[in-house]
Amino acid sequence: MPLAREESSPLFAGTAAGTLRLIFYLALAMVLMVLDHRNGWLWRLRYATAIVVEPVYRLASLPAEGFHTLSVAFADRRLLTEQNQRLREDLLLANAKLNRMAAVAEQNQRLKELLDTQHSLDLHVQMARVIGMDMGAYRHRLMINLGARDGIKSGQPVIDAHGVVGQIVDVLPNSATVMLVTDPDHAVPVMIQRTGLRTIAYGSRNGQQLTLPNVPMAADVQVGDRLLTSGLGGRFPQGFPVGEISSVAPSPAGMFLEAHAQPSADLDRADELLVLHDLPEPAGPPPPVRPAGPPDSEAPAPASTSASPRASLPAAPATAVSAGTPPT
Amino acid sequence: MSRQRLSFWWFVGTLVMALMLMLVPLPHMLEAFKPYWPALVLLYWALESGERRVTLGLAFIFGLCSDLLTGVLLGEQALRLCVLAFIALRFRSRLRFFPMWQQTLAVLALLLNDRFLLLVVRAFAGESTPPALWWASPFVSALLWPFLFLLLDDLRMRLRLQ
Repeated sequence: MPLAREESSPLFAGTAAGTLRLIFYLALAMVLMVLDHRNGWLWRLRYATAIVVEPVYRLASLPAEGFHTLSVAFADRRLLTEQNQRLREDLLLANAKLNRMAAVAEQNQRLKELLDTQHSLDLHVQMARVIGMDMGAYRHRLMINLGARDGIKSGQPVIDAHGVVGQIVDVLPNSATVMLVTDPDHAVPVMIQRTGLRTIAYGSRNGQQLTLPNVPMAADVQVGDRLLTSGLGGRFPQGFPVGEISSVAPSPAGMFLEAHAQPSADLDRADELLVLHDLPEPAGPPPPVRPAGPPDSEAPAPASTSASPRASLPAAPATAVSAGTPPT
Repeated sequence: MSRQRLSFWWFVGTLVMALMLMLVPLPHMLEAFKPYWPALVLLYWALESGERRVTLGLAFIFGLCSDLLTGVLLGEQALRLCVLAFIALRFRSRLRFFPMWQQTLAVLALLLNDRFLLLVVRAFAGESTPPALWWASPFVSALLWPFLFLLLDDLRMRLRLQ
C-alpha cells in the first residue's frame, strides 16, 4: 500500500499555530488540574457520569473474574479438598473462640448496662466484593461493589477477616473507592495491644507497610507487638487489629523511635470485605465529630474528600463547639 | 462510504480498547510493568494517520476520558497525552521512516518524558515519590511497541482500512 503523503507534512514541520494550540491545551489541562485539586470536581463529574463509568469498571474487571472462575473450574480436586479441610478447621477454631467470646460478650453487655452505656458488641456490617480494577500502580486503592444506593458513605471503615483494610473515600451510586491503610495519605489511630501505648500508624511511601514515625524514645515497643485501633478520632471503632510491628529503630531525626508494621489484613488478596456501619462508641469526654458527609443523593463534598483520608485525630477543638448539643 | 465508516469505528475501537486495557488489573507482581496503553495506541495513530485523525483536541479529550476512568486528577493524562501527541505529530514524518529499532528508541524517549511529566504533576499535587520500579513501565511499553505497531498495521492492511 502506498504511503499517504500529505502536502502539509514537511520534515521540519513547526507552525506557530500548532504550538499555540499546544499551549492552549496545556493551559486548559493545568487549569483543570488545579481546579480539580482544590475542589475535587473529578468525583462530582464521575458521579454524574456514573452511568457510563460504572459499566466500564465492571467490564474491566471481567478478565480477572473470568480468570478466577477458570481457576476454580480447573482447580485440582486435591487442592480443593485440602482447602476445604483447612476451612473446616478454621471454622471449628473460630466457633470455639466465638463460644468462649459469647460468655465474655454477655458479661461485657451486663457490665455496660450497669454503666449505662448504649453499646453492643454486634457488628453492623455489609458484605462487599472487590471489583478487580487497576486504579493505577502504587495508588493503594480498591474498588468495591457497594455504593451510595447501598447506603455507603465516605469515611466508613472497611475490614476483612484479619483486620482493618482501610476506609471509604469516594462513593459512586453502585461502587465505592477504599483507601487502604498502606496509603501514604492514610493515618489510623492505634494502640499497642501489649502496653496500651497510643500512637498513629501512617501508610508508608514504599510498599505494603505501615509506619509509626513518632513513638516516644522511652516507649516499650517490641517486634511482634500487635496494633489495634484505639478508637480515638472517631472514625475506626476500637479494638480491630491493624498490624504487627516488624521493626523498630530510632528515627533519622533522633527524636522518636520509628516502627514499621505489617498490616494484618490481607490487602493483596482481599476478595470479600466488610463495610462497618457502626459509629464508634463516643469514648471519653469529647464526643467524636460525626464525619460530616453530604446526603446520600449527592457527590462527596470537596472539603470532605480532601480531608477524609486523614483520620481526624486533631478534631478535639471542633468537638468542643459541637459538644454543647447533646449527642443523639 | 461504509469502508470509511468502518475505519472510523476501527479507530475508535482501538482507543476504547486501550482504555479498557489500562483498567484491567494485573497480578500484583506485574503491576509495575504495565504498559501505558492509551499512549501507545495514540502514538500509533499519530504516526499512522497524522493530523487527519489525531489532533491535540482529540488527545485532550482522550486524556480526559482516561482521567475520568482512573479517577486520579482531572487533566493529568490530558496534559500528558497532549504533549505526547504534539511531539509525535511534529516529528511524524521522520519517525515514520525510521527503522523499527530507532522508532522503538524514540517511543521509549517519549514515554520516559511522559513519566517525567507525571512525576512533576504528582509532585505539584503533593503526592509521594514512587519507588524505582515505577520507571519500568516505559521500558516495557517500548519493548511492546514493535509488536503493537506491526499487529495494528497488519490488521489495518487486512481489513483494508485507511
